[in-house]
Amino acid sequence: MKLTVNGTAQQIVACDLAAALVELGYGPDARVATAINETFVPAGQRARHALSDGDRLEILAPRQGG
Amino acid sequence: MVAFYGTDLCSRLMLGTSQYPSPKALEAAFVRSGAGVATVSLRREAAGDGTGQGFWQLIRDLGVPVLPNTAGCHSVKEAVTTAHMAREMFGTDWIKLEVVGHADTLQPDPFGLVEAAGILCADGFKVFPYTTEDGILAGRLLEAGCEVLMPWGAPIGTGLGLNNIYGLRTLRAQFPDVPMVIDAGLGVPSQAAQAMEMGFDAVLLNTAVAKAGDPAKMAEAFARALEAGRLAYEADPMEPRDMAHPSTPVLGLAVLS
Repeated sequence: MKLTVNGTAQQIVACDLAAALVELGYGPDARVATAINETFVPAGQRARHALSDGDRLEILAPRQGG
Repeated sequence: MVAFYGTDLCSRLMLGTSQYPSPKALEAAFVRSGAGVATVSLRREAAGDGTGQGFWQLIRDLGVPVLPNTAGCHSVKEAVTTAHMAREMFGTDWIKLEVVGHADTLQPDPFGLVEAAGILCADGFKVFPYTTEDGILAGRLLEAGCEVLMPWGAPIGTGLGLNNIYGLRTLRAQFPDVPMVIDAGLGVPSQAAQAMEMGFDAVLLNTAVAKAGDPAKMAEAFARALEAGRLAYEADPMEPRDMAHPSTPVLGLAVLS
């Protein structure tokens, strides 16, 4: 299916968010937070969160801030 | 000692982590100033990048509490979602809530700020709202559940200092028991000292330190200014007066003319 990942179109075969992260190259220990279609998806719910064609996925990590 | 939401901080200086010339300079600024809080954010991370993990390790090694922000969020939805992501990422329910109302001035959107604050407080967040000196807005934020206010000194990154002394003094007097942090707009340590002398509880700054020629030295200068200003506030400064008044006794003055 086709997702928009951090603003870029990506084609994936995974059906849930946890599998999608692995397929996209984020390792199991990757320190990231996720949101689908502008809604937060906790790490513990990623494996149960089914993806749909056209979903918008945001993958965020710690950064400098003021 | 100063406390926010029941957490004691070792310093009244809250320091941002952005715009430093290098990670080493960032670390040196924190070590030399003894800053009590580090502000952080969340941004997109590419697979295999590792930047986020490296930065997080640096911040953890500083050993200070972190205050994640919602910088760059222009809507309630963006801010609330970002706050939830930050809570999971950083393991804290503290959130510096920014809902930007205008892209050029970065002025807070008061309506969105109150709405987002209400949602997040109900969700168990301990909200540090980046706000203006508006007392009515401050009251609404307190009603929404905020127990701390962060009025701006001046627009973010300007270094203009305390832009509205009257408004800030009024806000401080209107809510004397609410912990308040002057957030943003400071450029030099004397402005931080002034904020402390007015009875504010802490200062949050970033650009003034990170963009100084010697960030670590400037961070220490701010830390010392905060200590001096707070000490002066506790010492109960004299009231200014318009007319001169001799400090040396007039009684006993020799007549030599």
